Amino acid sequence: MAKIYFEDSIKNLNDLKPKEETVNFLLNYSKALSVINYSEMKFEALLN
Amino acid sequence: MQNGIISDATLVSNYITGDESALEVLIKRHKQKIYSFIYSKVYDRDVAEDIFQDTFIKVIRTLKRGTYNEEGKFLPWVMRISHNLVIDFFRKNSRMPKFDNSGEFSIFLVLSDSSLNAEKTIIKEQVEHDVRRLVEELPQDQKEVLLMRIYNDMSFKEISDRTGVSINTALGRMRYALINLRKIIDKHNIVLTN
Repeated sequence: MAKIYFEDSIKNLNDLKPKEETVNFLLNYSKALSVINYSEMKFEALLN
Repeated sequence: MQNGIISDATLVSNYITGDESALEVLIKRHKQKIYSFIYSKVYDRDVAEDIFQDTFIKVIRTLKRGTYNEEGKFLPWVMRISHNLVIDFFRKNSRMPKFDNSGEFSIFLVLSDSSLNAEKTIIKEQVEHDVRRLVEELPQDQKEVLLMRIYNDMSFKEISDRTGVSINTALGRMRYALINLRKIIDKHNIVLTN
C-alpha cells in the first residue's frame, strides 16, 4: 500500500513573513495617500 | 534598538502627524505575527499576502482619516481587521480552508472536474443530434409517446390522457420505440457514447 506522507506545514508557521514587495507597496501606498478634510467631509487622494 | 523602545501608541500618533517612517516600524514590528495569523487560517501564501495587504490598507486609511481611537491596542486592532478580512474571504469563497497540496498525495487525483471540456461538449452535441435523427425515424405513434415521456417529462397517465389511448398502450408504444431505436443503432453501428 502506498505510504502517504505530508509535509508539516504548521511547524514553520513562526517563520512566515509577507514578501518584501508587499511591505514596500504598503509604504508607498501610505506615502501616496492623502486625506483632504473639507467641511466635515473627507476626500482621499492617491497621488503617484 | 531604538525601534524597540518607542511604543506602538507613540508610533501611531507620529504617523498620524505625518511621520511616514513610523508606519514602516509598525509594519516591520508586527508583520510576522499578523501574516502568520492570516496564514494559519487560509493556508495559502498568496491569499495570506492579499489579506495582509488589505489589512494594512485599511489600517493606513483609518489612521489617515483620523478615525482611529488610540487605546494602546494597536496590534489587537490590526488582528481584528485581518480576522474580519479572513472571514470575508471564506464567506466569498464559501468553502473550507484549502487542502495543503505539499505532500505526495494530491487532492486533485481524487477530485475531478465534472463540467465538460470543449471536446466533450462537441461530442455531447453530436450525440444529441444523432439521437434526434434516430427518433425522427420512428413511427409517428411511438415517436409521440417517446417525446412526451423523455423530452416533456410527462407521466404515462398524462400521455394516455393527451393521446386518447390507454396507459398500457402508451407503455407498449414506449417499449417498442426503445426496441426500434436499439435496432436502428445496432443495424447502423452507431456509437452513442460520450
